[in-house]
Amino acid sequence: MTSAAAIAPARSSTLTRTGLILGALVAILGLSATAGVRYGLLLAVGLGFGLILEGFRFGFAGPWRAMILRREPAGLIAQLLSIALVALVAIPLIANNGTELIGAHAPVGYAMIGGAFVFGACMQIVLGCGSGTLVNAGSGNPVSALALPFFAIGSFAGAYHLLWWTNLGTAPVVVLSGTSGLVLTLAGLAAVAGLALYLAAPGARSLPRRLWIAAGLLAVLALANLVVAGQPWGVVYGLGLWAAKGVTALGMDISGSAFWTLPTNQARIAESLLTDVTSLTNIGIIGGAFIIAAWRSGLSARLPQLPLRAWIGTIIAGFLLGYSSRLAFGCNVGAFFSGISTGSLHGWVWFVAAFAGAFQGIRIRKALGLDG
Amino acid sequence: MMTRRLTVVTVFALLLGLLGVDLANSAPLDPFQAPPALALGSGLAGAGAHCAALPTAD
Repeated sequence: MTSAAAIAPARSSTLTRTGLILGALVAILGLSATAGVRYGLLLAVGLGFGLILEGFRFGFAGPWRAMILRREPAGLIAQLLSIALVALVAIPLIANNGTELIGAHAPVGYAMIGGAFVFGACMQIVLGCGSGTLVNAGSGNPVSALALPFFAIGSFAGAYHLLWWTNLGTAPVVVLSGTSGLVLTLAGLAAVAGLALYLAAPGARSLPRRLWIAAGLLAVLALANLVVAGQPWGVVYGLGLWAAKGVTALGMDISGSAFWTLPTNQARIAESLLTDVTSLTNIGIIGGAFIIAAWRSGLSARLPQLPLRAWIGTIIAGFLLGYSSRLAFGCNVGAFFSGISTGSLHGWVWFVAAFAGAFQGIRIRKALGLDG
Repeated sequence: MMTRRLTVVTVFALLLGLLGVDLANSAPLDPFQAPPALALGSGLAGAGAHCAALPTAD
């Protein structure tokens, strides 16, 4: 006889849960004391991102897959809602504090569009985007854990070659600013949500309560990121910096890269990752996802048995996620979420190109045997 | 131990290793030279180390 208690995973003990909370607080306070309060706050914001994304199962790749395969728009609409909430505050805030706060503003170009398309495909192959790969790695998903280091290497390499790619053809930066820019952004988000609802399968048009809450909390944290760091939520820059740190520690000469030799990036390489905005929020996302997984005793789940081609495909897709997101001026976070919510036209173009790529990625994922 | 626990241990070991290499090869942390807690209201310009920033030589 198999009892329910034998099937259900054991709940984490009170001691474990207390340890998780204390560990997070010690990390935040310790970093504040040794590096500065701003960095402690950024780690806290990152932990919050991880707690929300994993705790409320709020994602990007999964909801796009659900919309494409099953015409279930709830997750996609939750993303659009969260972006709209951020835009309502961020666009006026940046307009009035243009020196201290910068938006995720980038130009549209050939490489940007191609990069977004490839990113959209790869995020379906590994079923993890910029934030999703961090969340999944933190909660013990072996596919994302394998993809993550190659994501970082790809991001470093993409940044290394970025200026070559942008020289192929790049339009001026277009920013939707002021009241008209905000209205256009909100109208665009409403139009996409309306289209998603129109295309939805019968009975799939409602938004679960958890997604309403997650969209709101995510917006609050994204705004906190902007106010504390002076820049919007991003992921990819930090991952590329991790690889840059690694290769320079190994003695690799990166003076041939126009990107990594820029003063801003040289300063980031010289300073600790514990003072880098996106590195701290990335670490926080991994930590926050781990806390939720350990809290729910989700770490006892067995690892999947996947064919060799699935692991090789994961490595290639991980590298391409990093490389393509640099060419695209961001991933689902830096370009889609933060780009659109701070009025950048490239965020919209990224969304269209990446969504088109997602259709291809779903097919490739099946062919690789990653669907199990 | 082929569970998610193994993956998590590996991820955190790599992360701690990266931070160890980083701290050994970077400028020391100095909370007294840190920027104000909030960028908003600080009067300081944003650093621009973001994935959406178009690199220029300026």
